[in-house]
Parts: sequence; C-alpha cells; structure tokens
Amino acid sequence: MAHISASVYTSHVPAIGVAVDLGKSDEPYWQPLFAGYEPSKAWMRDHTPDVIFLVYNDHANAFSLEMIPTFAIGTAASFAIADEGWGPRPVPDVVGHPDLASHIAHSVIQQDFDLTIVNKMNVDHGLTVPLSLMFGQPDAWPCPVIPFAVNVVQYPVPSGRRCLNLGKAIRNAIESYDEPLKVQIWGTGGMSHQLQGPRAGLINAEFDHAFLDDLIADPERLADKPHVEYVREAGSEGIELVMWLVARGAMSDLAGGPPPSVRHRFYHVPASNTAVGHLILEETNMETSP
Amino acid sequence: MALDKPYQDIPGTTIFDADQSRKGYWLNQFCMSLMQADNRERFKADERAYLDEWEMTEDQKQAVLDRDMNRMISLGGNIYFLAKIGATDGLSFQQMAGSMTGMSEDEYRAMMVGGGRSIEGNRYIGERDDAEQDDS
Repeated sequence: MAHISASVYTSHVPAIGVAVDLGKSDEPYWQPLFAGYEPSKAWMRDHTPDVIFLVYNDHANAFSLEMIPTFAIGTAASFAIADEGWGPRPVPDVVGHPDLASHIAHSVIQQDFDLTIVNKMNVDHGLTVPLSLMFGQPDAWPCPVIPFAVNVVQYPVPSGRRCLNLGKAIRNAIESYDEPLKVQIWGTGGMSHQLQGPRAGLINAEFDHAFLDDLIADPERLADKPHVEYVREAGSEGIELVMWLVARGAMSDLAGGPPPSVRHRFYHVPASNTAVGHLILEETNMETSP
Repeated sequence: MALDKPYQDIPGTTIFDADQSRKGYWLNQFCMSLMQADNRERFKADERAYLDEWEMTEDQKQAVLDRDMNRMISLGGNIYFLAKIGATDGLSFQQMAGSMTGMSEDEYRAMMVGGGRSIEGNRYIGERDDAEQDDS
C-alpha cells in the first residue's frame, strides 16, 4: 500500500523563483535564504518520494473570478507552467499522477470533502517555487506531483480546522491506494506577509515562530485559530498558512501514530515582502515498516 | 441577517470577500486579460480605449489610468489580479506593494530588509491613536 513518508512546509514567494531563474541565489540578499535550504536539498536527495502531493494556492492564474473552487485537485497527466504576466518560469512542466490523484479524489469526496476535479490547469509560482527550493534546477522534476489548489484569495477561505481534517482524509486516501508508493505531502505559502494597502510589508516573526512550534507539537490547537487572527497578526496574505495544516493533518501522529521527527527548521526575513518559513517533518517509523 | 465580518477593524487592510469580489468583478477580469501578450500590447497602445471595452465603472477605469493601487483595491480589485497591471508595467510585487504605503521604493525595501513593518500598533484601527492618548 502507499504511505506518507514525510511532510514539507515552505513559503512560495515568487521573487525566490525569479532569483533562481536569473542566477541570483549567491547574491548577498538571497544567499542566506538559499543557504537555509541546503540541508533540505541534501535530505531530499536521500528521501526523494515516488509522488509529491503539493498543497498550494493559485494566484489568479489558473482560476480567474469566473470560477473559484475552494479545493481543487489536479488529475491531469501533466501541467504547464503559467505565464503570470512576466512570461512563464523557465522550469520543467509538472508531470502528474492521474491514477493516484483520481483515487484520492474519489476517497476524499466519499469522506465528505467536496473537491473540484481539474483535468486541465496551468500551475503558478505557488507550486513551482517550492519545487525549485527543494530540487534546484533539474531538467525534469524528479517525481510526479499532484497539484492541490486551495482558495485563499477570496474570502471566506477554508478554516484551519477544515484544512487539518482534510489532511486526515487525504492520509486515509493515500493509505488505501494499492501500489506501494512513498508519498510526501507539502504545505506551502506564508509566512507573515501583506501585499496590499498602507499596512503592506507587515512581518510578525513572533507569530511565525509560535505557528511553527504549534504546527510541530500541537496542530490540533493550531487548527482552532480563527481566520481573523491570521489576517490581523500575520497580514492579509499570511492567511495562506492554513494550507500548512492540510499537510500536517496527513501525518500519522494525528491518527494514533508516533510524533514525526523534525528534520529541518528554517526562518528568514525577508524575501521581497515576505517572511520565509520552512519545516521538514519525517514519519519516524517508516524505515522499520514492512 | 448580516454576515459576520470580524476583519473590518484591521488598519490599512481590505479583505477581498464576496462583496468586494462582486464589486470588482470586471476590474479583476480586465486584469486577467493582461496575461496575454497581445492584450498587453493593445492596452499599452491606448489604455483608455482598451479599458472602455470592459464593463468597469468610471472610477475603476480612472484608478487604473492613475495606477492608484489603493483606490483599485477599495473598488474591488485584488492584489493578485492587479499584479497583472504591474507586470504589464514591468513592476515587481515589491514595487507594487510598496506603492500603497506612501513610502518611496528605497524606503520600503529598506524596511523589509530591516525585518518588515512591525505588528505593534498595527493590529486594530485606532490603536495608535489610543496609544497616544495613553501616553498623554
């Protein structure tokens, strides 16, 4: 059967993608940020999964105001890179996993989450920047990726509690898939940032660190944090952090298993307008499981 | 019954909710059209004529012509849509965000490098005035 081996969390700031694409990662502004992801790349070389289930949000690229799905799962065989207005990022197209994605859609809908199934979709920086951070600049991404887009652009967005519970349902779905695949689930976006209005540029490091602490040790409590607290404390776009709870909900400790191991934790300010947070949680018992 | 909107007391922040989205539908859809290179060219060649193809209000059109991002947001624009105008103008997200703060580009960049805008005094509308009253 398939299983979840680890969860990865990271901000997906578009400027990071620009820095990678233009070869600026050694510049003084960017060097500390990319240095923080070196341990992650090393870890990833030894722990490349068979499939990544990547939770992110579309930023008015795949979805305009014509349709606003709250949860959208990409079931296509491949996903082209979106032109967000500056031209598409020069990164490989994303290869999907239609079989597993369809299985997850079927299972999760039966668990009462009304997913939108998307068979044609371009993916934007929300999905490609995390891949760049974890894999650098390969000719092809090392494994298939299932895009899972959450609406965090138009309010109301799903609550933290619903996101955590969705993660639990995704875990059930993956564990009921017959093929013995090693799957990672990634939660992306955040951390504190605000891109609009006179309060733009807001950063709240204290909030961010507390969020990381709770995400590791007490996600059930974190799930009760109301929207307005994210917006007030972490900025209007800081609400993206609810997507990290989807990935966290899929870890085995919330289904009676042992707590995950923290393989890496990193925090840096700024990347453009944004605080960058990053975490790798690995399931502890996977090496010994059959 | 009125909807619960607990986010209206946050200073300098407009939440893009369903009401704002209705108000800004055509403004945002105009922005989406700029994802196509030929539309960007047509817009740049004659902004007014291009805007007149859309069912936007005159206020919305004027805000676009003025590149007044705060005004566009108050009229229903959302930053991820409005970013397409910035992309057409060759601006980064940081330049766009900074333009809404009353700071110069250099001042804004320096603030971010210095750790960003503090949350202190920025949680509630009137908070800073209250603090000043406490001090007096």
